[in-house]
Amino acid sequence: MKVLGRVYLGFVLVFLYAPIAVMAAMSFNSSQFYQLPIDWSLKWYGALAGNSRLIDAGLNSILVAVITTVIAGTLGTAAALAFFRYRFRGKRFLQALLFPPIAIPWLITGTAMLLFFFWTGIGRGMHAMVLGHVALALPYVIIVVSARLQAFDPDLEAAARSLGAGPWQVVRYVTLPFLAPGIIAAALFAFAVSFDQFVISYFLAVPGVSTLPVEIYTSIRKGFTPEINAISTIVIIASMALLIGVARFYRFGGER
Amino acid sequence: MAHEATHDTTGNTAQADRSARAVVLLTGPAYLWLTVTVLLPLVAMLYFSFLSEAPIAGRVGELTLEQYRAFFEHAFYLELILRSLRLGAEVTLFCFLLGFPCAYVLAKTIKGRWREALFLLVIIPFWSNALVRVFSWTMVLRGNGLLERAIETVFPGAGSLDLLFTYNAVVIGLVHSYLPYMILTCYISLQAIDDDLIAAARSLGASWLTILRRLILPLAMPGIVAGAVLIFVPVIGSFMEPRILGGRQGTFIGTIIEDQFTAVFNWPLGAALSFILLACVLVIFIPFTFAARRMSG
Repeated sequence: MKVLGRVYLGFVLVFLYAPIAVMAAMSFNSSQFYQLPIDWSLKWYGALAGNSRLIDAGLNSILVAVITTVIAGTLGTAAALAFFRYRFRGKRFLQALLFPPIAIPWLITGTAMLLFFFWTGIGRGMHAMVLGHVALALPYVIIVVSARLQAFDPDLEAAARSLGAGPWQVVRYVTLPFLAPGIIAAALFAFAVSFDQFVISYFLAVPGVSTLPVEIYTSIRKGFTPEINAISTIVIIASMALLIGVARFYRFGGER
Repeated sequence: MAHEATHDTTGNTAQADRSARAVVLLTGPAYLWLTVTVLLPLVAMLYFSFLSEAPIAGRVGELTLEQYRAFFEHAFYLELILRSLRLGAEVTLFCFLLGFPCAYVLAKTIKGRWREALFLLVIIPFWSNALVRVFSWTMVLRGNGLLERAIETVFPGAGSLDLLFTYNAVVIGLVHSYLPYMILTCYISLQAIDDDLIAAARSLGASWLTILRRLILPLAMPGIVAGAVLIFVPVIGSFMEPRILGGRQGTFIGTIIEDQFTAVFNWPLGAALSFILLACVLVIFIPFTFAARRMSG
C-alpha cells in the first residue's frame, strides 16, 4: 500500500513536469519542427536576445510586478493589522469582500475592468495593469499576513508600551520585525500573482505596451516562433526560484 | 462602518475615536482600491448589459433587455454555457480523482523533510506561468508529437491519436493547470485529521472502504469543496486554454465573451453573457456549499 502510494505520487509528478521538461528540452533543439533526436544548440536563446519585443515585454512584466508588490504589500499589511488589532462592526463583511477577486472568473473581472477603465477615461496600459494586479494580489497579501499575525502575542506590544515605547516605536521595533517573514512571503506571492497574470493584462494591454504573458500569447496565436520555448524556460526557472524563496519564509507543509 | 470600534480593554470614548480613525486609515486604502478596480467595474458592467450599445466614443446606449433576449433567442449561447459547465465539471472531477489520493499519500504516509520537499514539488508548477504550461502541451499532444512517439515505442503500430485541437486536449491541459489547487486544498484538510482517529476506526474493525467513506471523505470535505470552487470557477471562464489547445473545437462561452470585448466589440452582449455565467455559478454553488457544510457537520 505504501509503495503503491509512492508510485502513484511519482506518476502525478511526471504528469505535472513532463510537458515543462519537453518544452525546456525543445528550447535547446535547433530544429524548428521539433525533430528528434535533439540537435542541441543555443540558437533560440541567441534569437531571443535579439527580440526586443519579448525583452521589452519582460521588462514591463518585472516593472508592473515590482510596483504591484510594493502597493499591495503596504495596503494589504495595513488592512491585516487593522483586522488583527481592532474589533469593529462590518469586519466580517470587509473580510468576506476579499473573496470576489478570487472567486469571480478572471475573464469577467478583466472585461469589467476594461469596460470601466475605458468608459471613465482611466484608459489602458501600464497604470491600468497595476490597478488590476494590485486588486488581485491584495486578498493574498491580507490572508498571508493575517496568518502570520495569528501567532503574534499582543502582550509583546503591551510590554513595549509599558517600557515607554511610543506607538510608532512599538510598530517599528516589535510588530514589524515579528511580521517580517509574513510580509516577505506575502510580497513574493504578490510578485508571482502579478508576474504570471495573463487574463487581466490581456484586456488592459495596449499594442506596444504589454507584459510577457500577453506577448507570448500573441506570438502563439500569430504562429509559432521557437524563441517562445526559450523565454518560457527562463520564466519557469525564474518562477521556481521565486517559489523556493517563498518557501524559506512560509511553511507550506503546515507543520514545523 | 468603524464607528463603534473599541479596543479590547478600554471603553472610553476618546480611545474608541482614535481606534475608529486607525481602522479607517488602515483598511481604507485597500478597500478604496478594491472598490475602484473590482466593485465599480462590475456595477458598470451590469449597467452596460442593459444598454443597446456601449456609451463610448460619442455613442448613446438606450436601456433595453435586448442583450438578455438575444441569449434566450439563440439556443447557441445556452449550448455553449452548458458545454462550458460540462468542461468545468469534468476538469473538476478529474482533478479530484487524481489529486485526492495524491494529497492523501502526501499528508498521511510521508513524513518530515521529504513531505515538505514533495509538497513543494507538487505546487511549484502552480506558480509557474499557466500560459506557458498550456502551451507546452501543444508539443506533447500534436500529431507525431512526443506522446504519440512514446506510445509508438511501447506499442508499435498503435496508430495516431491526434489529440491536439480536440475537446480532450482542452481537458488535459486544464487538469494539468488546476490539479495543484486540488492537491493543496485536500492536503490542508487531510493533514488536520488526527491519525489516531483512523487507527481507532481500524482497530474497531472498520473496513478500508468504510473508513474512507465515513471518516476521511466527510472530514476532508471542506478542502474538497474549496478545491472544486477554485477549479470550477476559472475553468468555466477560460478562453486562453481552449484557444491554444482546442483549435476549432475550442469554442466555449469564455471564448465567445472574449470575442465580444476584443473582436466583435459588442460590449453590452459580452456583459450580459458574463452576468448570465456568474448567475449560473451562483445557482450551482449555493446549494452545493450548503450540502457540503451539512456533510462536514
